[in-house]
Amino acid sequence: MNRGGPPEADRSDANATLSSVAPGLPESDWGYRLREQRDTLAAFVGFAVMFSIYIGNHPAGLTANVLTTASNKGVLLALVAMAQTFAVLTAGIDLSVGMVLVLANCLASYIVVGSGLTTALGVAGVLLTGLLCGAINGAIVIFGRLQPIVVTIATGAIYYGLALALRRVPGGDVNDSLAGALTGQLAGGVPASIVALLAVVIVVWLPFRRSVIGRAAYAVGSSEIAAYMSGVPVRRAKFVAYTLSGLLASMAGLFVTFITYSGEASAANGSTYTLYSIAAVVLGGVSLFGGSGSAIGAVFGALMFRTIGDLLFVFNLEPLWQPLFQGVVLLVAVCLGSARLFRIRNRLDLFS
Amino acid sequence: MTTLQLKRVIGQADPAIATAFGCIVALLLVGSLYSSSFLSPEYLLQQLKVASFLGVIATGMMIVILLGQIDLSVPWVVAVGGMMSTAATGWGPAGELLAIPFGVACGVGLGLVSGVGVAYLRVPSMIITLAVNAVAQGLMVVHTGGFSPQDSSSEAMRYIATGHVLFGVPNALLVWALIGGAAVYLLARTTFGRAVYAIGNRERAAYLSGVDTQRTVVIAFAIAGGLSAFGGVLLAGYASKAAQAMGDPYQLPAIAAVVLGGTSILGGRGRYLGTVAGVILITLLQSILSVMQIEEFGRHVIYGGVIIAMLLLYGREQWVR
Repeated sequence: MNRGGPPEADRSDANATLSSVAPGLPESDWGYRLREQRDTLAAFVGFAVMFSIYIGNHPAGLTANVLTTASNKGVLLALVAMAQTFAVLTAGIDLSVGMVLVLANCLASYIVVGSGLTTALGVAGVLLTGLLCGAINGAIVIFGRLQPIVVTIATGAIYYGLALALRRVPGGDVNDSLAGALTGQLAGGVPASIVALLAVVIVVWLPFRRSVIGRAAYAVGSSEIAAYMSGVPVRRAKFVAYTLSGLLASMAGLFVTFITYSGEASAANGSTYTLYSIAAVVLGGVSLFGGSGSAIGAVFGALMFRTIGDLLFVFNLEPLWQPLFQGVVLLVAVCLGSARLFRIRNRLDLFS
Repeated sequence: MTTLQLKRVIGQADPAIATAFGCIVALLLVGSLYSSSFLSPEYLLQQLKVASFLGVIATGMMIVILLGQIDLSVPWVVAVGGMMSTAATGWGPAGELLAIPFGVACGVGLGLVSGVGVAYLRVPSMIITLAVNAVAQGLMVVHTGGFSPQDSSSEAMRYIATGHVLFGVPNALLVWALIGGAAVYLLARTTFGRAVYAIGNRERAAYLSGVDTQRTVVIAFAIAGGLSAFGGVLLAGYASKAAQAMGDPYQLPAIAAVVLGGTSILGGRGRYLGTVAGVILITLLQSILSVMQIEEFGRHVIYGGVIIAMLLLYGREQWVR
């Protein structure tokens, strides 16, 4: 405050600022909240625009069946994207999500069958397996002090080997009524899968985000050293993040089983889902450098990515061009993020 | 040699590289317990020949990892290299001459896109190389579906991948030796190499020291793309045809070979000798697992387990304090 100018002018300046801020406090609070969720909102808007174009050009229009098909495909990717979000938030990465998905799929095709009780036990078993896979990843990353990218590549190979041991040839079965219920429609034509996704967000993501561990995960992602210095439970946060990542990936594997009614140990599927999960996370505004973004953004990123893939069908372009189209859209989408470079004043900030 | 001298020699050797070579010897010993042919020169030369394809690809990957970046576009850039060179072969005599450079040039082009994305648009390398991989896949799907190109390789490609000139040393191994020598020279003796290490340690500091960091990054990615595509050219020559999924088995082994060779995945640290050790290690491991007729699932589990075990031996970092 002491700038050596006329003291009275200074004081009046300060008063003016104070009085202008005080009544506006609730507003600035909202502005802050909006800014915090900007990337999530952008992902939502992107998805809404894409989906409107898709529905607007779909020959059948917005019917319950079109919505259910789109929702089933979208929810599958959304679960994998959420799994990836947990690891990415801590500035790590989980390249084994696709393989955990494949393992859960193969396991589910054996044990999620029979009566209500055995099915329930089977679902619990699949989810526990996912939890265990994630916990192993976390333990090796934390206590082995290795880089998550190489660890999860290697554990991914192990999980894929286990899946292959379970299912050398595709096959198996799943409880029909449960699969039908989760991939079908509820009363009023609402897709059951989107409700299930909402339930997962409410049961897993929101408690995590609001817990100490969740905040610790964000802190670790922003700066591990600063988090450690502030007494944040660094190791526990990372461990929980990787474990939840495995859990979500196994949920996605369970969902694959409900859609295909069988298990298949396909390495191509596994790596495709891993790659798509990273794409969805980036489209959803989660920073790969960690510490910012939310799983809800990643969900919209996943839904948006799926819609992009489906856009070609409604425009009657040759299916041959679909992979190229999807690739180019992905390339353009990830380059859009560099618009922030225009705001950089100091060249050195490029390298931070 | 006195104990002191011995200690000095051991102290100078990079522990990671020494461990990697130790693991190679251990693998060969385990293999020779199973069958004495594991130590025969024919088997070892055959393994080195197979290793040279991975070696060429891992060389490019190493340069990118030294920058602190990663290249996830290997699968389809390898396929582009193989498929474009075989397609060029189908254009007639001129095409046959141009097949190899054309395949490599396509890879350089894709690498340039990744490099510009990383250096100038500041997109994380993990995501831009994934996108370039997707674009390359799309291009190849359109290419094979729309034009039904020739997919058998030219004489020259077959010659450099499967032939041998002197004392039965495979040409592919000579090619890897040439590329490896060039990489060692580039990394250790040129300003470009110094800049790569500097950027891997701290890009800000490299920039402030007057390095044109962005140009260096673009060139590094272009080299990596070119080498991936050249690996594809060699593979197409080896199998005498190109196929869409030909690059899929090379992404993870390329990263694993570089990391097992002691190169830090965070960039700035690592020597080419380590990558050579990593490549041979991975190739031997795969070969021994298949010779022992372990079922495919077991091979995956052991492969992943061995990588983690070796990294735990020497890849550990400091606790955050």
